Amino acid sequence: MKDAQYSVLRKEQFDGFISRLSKLQRVVAPVARGYNNYSFEEVSSGNGISLKYIPTILPPKKYFMPQRETLLEFDTGRGLNSEAVVECEKMTIFGIHTCDLAGIQCLNMVFTERPRDYNYLMHKRKINIIGLECNEYCDEYASCALVNASTPSGGYDLFFTDLGDRFIVHINTQIGENIIESTKFFESAGKSDLEDLTELRAGKRTLFTKEVPVEPRYIPELFDRSYNSKVWDELGERCLACGNCTLVCPTCYCFDIKDEMDLGLKSGRRNRIWDSCQLESFARVAGGENFRKERSLRQKHRYYRKFRYPVEKFSRFFCTGCGRCSRTCMAGIKLKDTLNLLIEEFEETVSTLMEGNY
Amino acid sequence: MKKIALTNSQYIMKKGKILRTRQLTDFEKLFEISLEGGERLDHEPGQFIMLSVCGAGEIPISVSSSPSNISSSFEVCVRAVGKVTNALHKLEAGDEIGIRGPFGKGFPIRIFEGNDLLMVAGGLGIAPLRSLIKYVFDNRRDFGKVHILLGCKSPADILFLDEIEEWNQRMDVYYECTVDRAVPEWQGQVGRITTLIPGVHLEPERTFAVVVGPPVMYKFVIKELLAKNIPGRQIMVSFERHMKCGMGKCGHCQIQHVYACQDGPVFNYDEIKYLKESY
Ligand SMILES: Cc1cc2nc3c(=O)[nH]c(=O)nc-3n(C[C@H](O)[C@H](O)[C@H](O)COP(=O)(O)OP(=O)(O)OC[C@H]3O[C@@H](n4cnc5c(N)ncnc54)[C@H](O)[C@@H]3O)c2cc1C
Ligand code: SF4
Ligand code: SF4
Ligand code: FES
Repeated sequence: MKDAQYSVLRKEQFDGFISRLSKLQRVVAPVARGYNNYSFEEVSSGNGISLKYIPTILPPKKYFMPQRETLLEFDTGRGLNSEAVVECEKMTIFGIHTCDLAGIQCLNMVFTERPRDYNYLMHKRKINIIGLECNEYCDEYASCALVNASTPSGGYDLFFTDLGDRFIVHINTQIGENIIESTKFFESAGKSDLEDLTELRAGKRTLFTKEVPVEPRYIPELFDRSYNSKVWDELGERCLACGNCTLVCPTCYCFDIKDEMDLGLKSGRRNRIWDSCQLESFARVAGGENFRKERSLRQKHRYYRKFRYPVEKFSRFFCTGCGRCSRTCMAGIKLKDTLNLLIEEFEETVSTLMEGNY
Repeated sequence: MKKIALTNSQYIMKKGKILRTRQLTDFEKLFEISLEGGERLDHEPGQFIMLSVCGAGEIPISVSSSPSNISSSFEVCVRAVGKVTNALHKLEAGDEIGIRGPFGKGFPIRIFEGNDLLMVAGGLGIAPLRSLIKYVFDNRRDFGKVHILLGCKSPADILFLDEIEEWNQRMDVYYECTVDRAVPEWQGQVGRITTLIPGVHLEPERTFAVVVGPPVMYKFVIKELLAKNIPGRQIMVSFERHMKCGMGKCGHCQIQHVYACQDGPVFNYDEIKYLKESY
């Protein structure tokens, strides 16, 4: 492979590039869906694509782990016969922001860990990824810098950065190179293109700063000390237990498995469906016990699954700072606020301890 | 969209045939199951399987028989409580079901060897514990003293009465049973299972205790066992949690950072005592 893996796509060629690509395979990209709402949808030209968008309602996880997906087909007509299946197709997702690239990286870790999930792995293998840089913050809900997801760190085949009249494109994989070769709209990048990219990234370093006043490496400890915090009770009082925050989260992957029969009642299928730890029945068992009966415990669980539990298991946070949970919550529960409250409470205890007033 | 058959999916079921059923009480039924081709389940006592009645769904169920059984079949004891369990109760010998597993960490039988055992079951807890009890009887000389304590709501709820009668006759096991509510014919103890523990003569250093039952039960039983000076790591508990996958993915069985389906369902007390969500 060559050393400098950059190409340039002129803005006036963008439409042609997407049109050509969509003739080769299915292409999905962010499109506007009403005021300030965006969604990944199938496109056949570049014109419909929103190049500036705030995180889509659902993250691209919907292609890797569909909301409803058949795992098994069975027939009970003559004894029991069943077959494991996956429904998938080759496609390219264009325009994934760095937060959502990080989300896919989280899901990859979960589903490639043994025992492996071959349905997920099949989707993953069929999907090509083209990232798109955020030159500035999408809105005040984002906290991507805190979790180091405001700049790209792998997870894509091609990565587009908007330089005004052109995109500079990082080619990360041979698949990416093949896309460039087969669509034939790209020019090789020159010195000034690379300089412009360096300048943009430098500017981003001052623009994107930790959105919450805490050193990321202290977050696990913050959570260790916050297990009995009253912040959870406060969240529990407001939360409506609707489950929207987990639905829209790029790193939430809890699921339910349900059978569905055809009309003849002989054959059917077993489906995997997104589930939410925020719903009352999630941890209830047949004996009647519910191990997270209170909303406060379920909210706490959500936050620990983002900032504490995965640190041991996967050495990273399972929050990408995309801000979706805060944008969607009807009760106004905001991730940045929650972290701020935990920090304040923690600092109060520390200062009381320091003053010896305990 | 293209549909592709997956030959390596973890959701592939083995075919299980129901060989025999036995109604134990109004709500509990015992099923003897054989896998296709006479394959052995090859489980450890305390492990569970994912059992499918296709169309109704798939549920976690403990294996109730011992792996030391000569026959290649295995048994499960199921209480009818909802959709899948009721559908299963309608099935009879000859019907086919789906089996995945075994899953999870069972009882550490090799560590138990050479030690005394105190096995405590409340209600349906006898279903998983029976796999261990039977294993211990099949290999009786590998263990020291063996105590079995059972607690049930009423005499009519006692499962495996015929087998219990046998245990009662054996000279190599100390067995006691208590019911919450007695009937006039009842000759055993009355009261909570915790009341049986203080009377047990045991040497705490060489005793492993095994507790299977609902949270209200294990919480208080563990307290009594600790009062008997049994070290925390020698007290084993088996947890029932909501489970959908058995593979550490679906999230339903999570107890804080621990996954009951993979890290458990059997834990020792020292592993779980700091986990608030385990009670
Ligand atoms: C490791 C393990 C071992 C078990 N061993 C046995 C056993 O040996 N014998 C036995 O009778 N039962 C056992 N159970 C309980 C059994 O899994 C539930 O009774 C069964 O899942 C209920 O399914 P259902 O469709 O009949 O009930 P549903 O109609 O689904 O619901 C009835 C109730 O069961 C709860 N429930 C639903 N699905 C699950 C699930 N997957 N896991 C736990 N609770 C659930 C629901 O929240 C609800 O409260 C075990 C559970 C676990 C986790
Ligand atoms: S979106 Fe808000 S109200 Fe709904 S479950 Fe999440 S925190 Fe609760
Ligand atoms: S927790 Fe909220 S901000 Fe973090 S990744 Fe999930 S939806 Fe985005
Ligand atoms: S049962 Fe799915 S994670 Fe444990």
